[in-house]
Amino acid sequence: MAIKLIVFLPLLAAIIAGLGNRALGNIPAKVITTGALFVSCALSWPIFLSFLGGDTQAFVVPVLDWVRSGDLNFNWALSVDTLTAVMLVVVTTVSALVHLYSWGYMDEDPDQPRFFAYLSLFTFAMLMLVTADNLVQMFFGWEGVGLASYLLIGFWFKKPSANAAAIKAFVVNRVGDLGFMLGIFGTFLVFGTVSIPEILAAAPAMAGSTIGFLGMRFDTMTILCLLLFIGAMGKSAQLGLHTWLPDAMEGPTPVSALIHAATMVTAGVFMVCRLSPMFETSETALAVVTFVGAATALFAATVGLVQTDIKRVIAYSTCSQLGYMFFATGVGAYGAAMFHLFTHAFFKALLFLGAGSVIHAMHHEQDMRYYGGLKKEIPLTFWAMLAGTLAITGVGIIHIGAIPALGFAGFFSKDAIIEAAYASGTEMGSIAFFVGVTAALLTSFYSWRLMFLTFWGKPRWIESEHIQHSVHKTPETAEDSTGGYHPHESPLTMLIPLGVLAMGAIFAGFVFHHAFIDAEQGAAFWNGSIAFDEHLMHAIHEVPYWVKLSSTFAMLIGLGTAFYMYMRGEGRPQALANQFRGLYQFFFNKWYFDELYDLIFVKPAFWFGRLFWKRGDQQTIDRFGPDGAATLVSYGSKVAGRLQTGYLYSYALVMLLGLVAAITWVMVR
Amino acid sequence: MSVGNSLYLVAPEIILSASGLLLLLIGAWGGFKSARLVSILAVTALFASSAVALEFLLNPAFAEGGDAFFGQYRLDKFGSLTKLLIYISAIVSIIIAPRFFDNVAGGRSAVMRPEYPVLIVFAAIGMGMMVSAVDLMTLYIGLELNSLAAYVLASFLRNDERSAEAGLKYFVLGGLASGILLFGMSLLYGFTGTTNFNAINQAFESGLSTGALFGLIFVLAGMAFKISAVPFHMWTPDVYEGAPTPVTTFFATAPKVAALALTMRLAIEAFGSQIAAWQQIIIFIALASIVVGAAGAIGQTNIKRLLAYSSINNVGFILIGLAAANQAGASAMLVYLMIYVAMTLGSFVAVLDLRDADGNQVEEISSLAGLSKSRPGLAAAIAIFMFSLAGIPPLFGFWGKFLVFEAAVQADLILLAALGIAASVIGAFYYLKVIKVMYFDESADVVVKSDSKSHAVIIALCALFVSPLGYLLIPVLGNIADQAAAALFWAL
Repeated sequence: MAIKLIVFLPLLAAIIAGLGNRALGNIPAKVITTGALFVSCALSWPIFLSFLGGDTQAFVVPVLDWVRSGDLNFNWALSVDTLTAVMLVVVTTVSALVHLYSWGYMDEDPDQPRFFAYLSLFTFAMLMLVTADNLVQMFFGWEGVGLASYLLIGFWFKKPSANAAAIKAFVVNRVGDLGFMLGIFGTFLVFGTVSIPEILAAAPAMAGSTIGFLGMRFDTMTILCLLLFIGAMGKSAQLGLHTWLPDAMEGPTPVSALIHAATMVTAGVFMVCRLSPMFETSETALAVVTFVGAATALFAATVGLVQTDIKRVIAYSTCSQLGYMFFATGVGAYGAAMFHLFTHAFFKALLFLGAGSVIHAMHHEQDMRYYGGLKKEIPLTFWAMLAGTLAITGVGIIHIGAIPALGFAGFFSKDAIIEAAYASGTEMGSIAFFVGVTAALLTSFYSWRLMFLTFWGKPRWIESEHIQHSVHKTPETAEDSTGGYHPHESPLTMLIPLGVLAMGAIFAGFVFHHAFIDAEQGAAFWNGSIAFDEHLMHAIHEVPYWVKLSSTFAMLIGLGTAFYMYMRGEGRPQALANQFRGLYQFFFNKWYFDELYDLIFVKPAFWFGRLFWKRGDQQTIDRFGPDGAATLVSYGSKVAGRLQTGYLYSYALVMLLGLVAAITWVMVR
Repeated sequence: MSVGNSLYLVAPEIILSASGLLLLLIGAWGGFKSARLVSILAVTALFASSAVALEFLLNPAFAEGGDAFFGQYRLDKFGSLTKLLIYISAIVSIIIAPRFFDNVAGGRSAVMRPEYPVLIVFAAIGMGMMVSAVDLMTLYIGLELNSLAAYVLASFLRNDERSAEAGLKYFVLGGLASGILLFGMSLLYGFTGTTNFNAINQAFESGLSTGALFGLIFVLAGMAFKISAVPFHMWTPDVYEGAPTPVTTFFATAPKVAALALTMRLAIEAFGSQIAAWQQIIIFIALASIVVGAAGAIGQTNIKRLLAYSSINNVGFILIGLAAANQAGASAMLVYLMIYVAMTLGSFVAVLDLRDADGNQVEEISSLAGLSKSRPGLAAAIAIFMFSLAGIPPLFGFWGKFLVFEAAVQADLILLAALGIAASVIGAFYYLKVIKVMYFDESADVVVKSDSKSHAVIIALCALFVSPLGYLLIPVLGNIADQAAAALFWAL
């Protein structure tokens, strides 16, 4: 029963707030949606803790019959196992906190009921996704979160850039969704069912079988897994289908924290983990997953190095961390991937909400070049952001002798992934290991760069146009670089979520790492809900010390470089950028992906569209169809009017001509 | 078949003839002052005739009908039903007249004359004869009686240039049409040796000589003039615009019903054995009427002219039922006629209700702007009539169109039905334009309030009839129309 409440309360709240909208008023809408989410959250934790304690078995709660059609039978049902329980707490916790945070952040927005209704609708769809026991219901949730994401990115629909970003997110996700759909169709074709437990049970037997397509034979499981993985790539913004995620930052910041950091973008990772027994049957598919994940981790990190918009830095960071999760699944460390998903949800939501707090304080300025020296002005936000940064960069000490490992959340999860990549022993695994360490260095650099630019150094606020508008001064007329602007610490509704998430960012790794990634405890905890590889998890502990320390060293090098560049003397970043101008431009322009896609896909699509529109529709169908008919009618109306001369003789003439014509017709016929 | 029995069967005509002559005397002695009394008596007489016609229609004793005056005249359900429609139109035309004539031209010269109801009554007698005629002679007498009254009615405001012009045009062209009709009738008589419909039909069964074919075409052409079907429609806009509005109301309803009913009877009872000879011509006339009526209406700025073209357009649709040449088609035509009468009466009475502050009639469509604010009730009624005329469901006008198209499809005239449906889209354009002007244009503030209760009642009744509520009447109307249509086909 609790699970039904968890899933459907947000839907109920969304319907009430969405339909009630302005008639309902801001406060009731906010109370209903936020209240529903906190109840959901409060009900989710006991489920998770009972799985953690090992005293609950997986269960399925049927809701409704859905489709009964020949061989195709499935129901609406809520399936709960360890994997779902983990996602439940992540989704409901972050969502509840983001709802609360939005009280403060969206305080001046005129459309608050709509915003909260969308947020709750998103949460419902995400919960449907994670509780799905068949692929179609998962797809329902998958599309539901896509819809909510579209609506929320374009929430400020008066901004053209927000609309463009929303459409881009939708269209790019359609590409991935097509892969997912084909994967579902193919799975039904091969297994004759869409029920996930049945598919997973039958998957090992299918390993090595082939399927014919266009006269060639392909490995069945490889094809299916790759198609499904394309869906995951789209949703989780992996290299190639990642272009929508940075643009999605046009949405309100709480949305970025909830959807584009903590929950929706991790749906791809969740799906791969949920279907891990399927992926385990295809070496090729796993190699592709590893490669794409590693490539994304590296790519996004390099782009993140040079971005100046605070939200975009964090967006690329998200993209990069998702890459980590994927190559973890690729090397078979599903537990580690889920663990990173879990910790990442806390510290990345924290970073986004912290960034939102900074933006709130800085009068909607998002460019880090115009920040600086904010440590004293907004100290609580600073401490929260610091916790998030320590977590993402993976600060911690490995366990030596009797002293247990100590560190922030990211330390446990990211190091586990990097070590698993090394321990997997495959060629792709070792590539992933080196990429992972390099990306850790880059992560550390861009994260500290963000911190240094924002909180340390001298204020550079007056150069921001937003601040100039606020204080009615320009850099010339201002007496100092602050322009007399006073950033304010955010209200309590925004600080409480920051505090809670900071606790998560600090302790989540230390508290839960045994359960998630320890060999014996992990196997008991996951209890078959993912393909948990005990040997690999054992092997992690046996890797050489240099491997264990590598990521910590990478982190320290990144920190040191950032410190050297941004805390010691002015102009060093600029000098470096000038020295490596080509590389800098390459990174700054995001490896020219957008330009490339514009050239390959967007321009030809527009050309085709224009061809059909101008030539096909306007000049052919319209011209000879409706427009032609309308012209003909108005012409006919003129002719009829001209014949109506008003003279008797012409009327009589027409009558007689008509008579003659009729006679002629019957005679000739 | 006694003369007494014959007199009984023509009771409606006798009532109207006697009261018509009496009313003429009252009018001659009483002068203008007797107008009110004459109007009331005329309406009473028409009501009495309607009651008799209704009795004939519903009483099972008359289910078989009967011939009167040695096959000159027939009483059947078809005739009784159409007579009812004619009398109702005539009654409405008399009721709405006094307000119009008393106020015309600011009430300067003309007032309501007692001759007006008398002429309407005589026209009604003529039309009653038309719909009951089963002989070319009766047909012609009835038609001319109606026409002569109509010529005078058209020029009733003889000091008004437009009214006089309308009367003259109607008279000259009507004379021409009458000549064509007579010529056709003489040919038919010459080549078949009879003037009786049934006898003509029997003569046609053995084949159609060229002369008889000529006669058939000429007769149909003469009828096409009366129903103002293309290309014999040219007089319609001018006469409808020029004639006094109550007269136009009358023209657009009663003579249309009578002439269409007569055409149906002629085509089925007299020419029914040679359907192939006239079917294609009717199809052409129907399509041409629909298209020309619609295209002509688009450019109009005067609402009476617009309604004139609308009536041409509607006649086209009704003729589709005739083109089907089957019982379903005839029944559909009758249902369409009932709905058409309600829509047309309603629209014209609504137009009559449009007056500016000086009491002048408002006829320009552009002056209707803002009517939805100044007179929301009237605007809503006009909107209902226009939507209904355009045949947009769920209004009742759709049902009539649906029935004639269904009949055409049953008769395998699928192309005709398709073209008719396509052409009805053009019609929707100008009807919707009127609604757009009333509801969306900048207010012109021309039309003032009206205090006429009789107008309001008539408009409300008509609007109610064509509103979706009209569909409740389908079983009743459909049943009566089916029986009436069956009467036409008994002889075959």
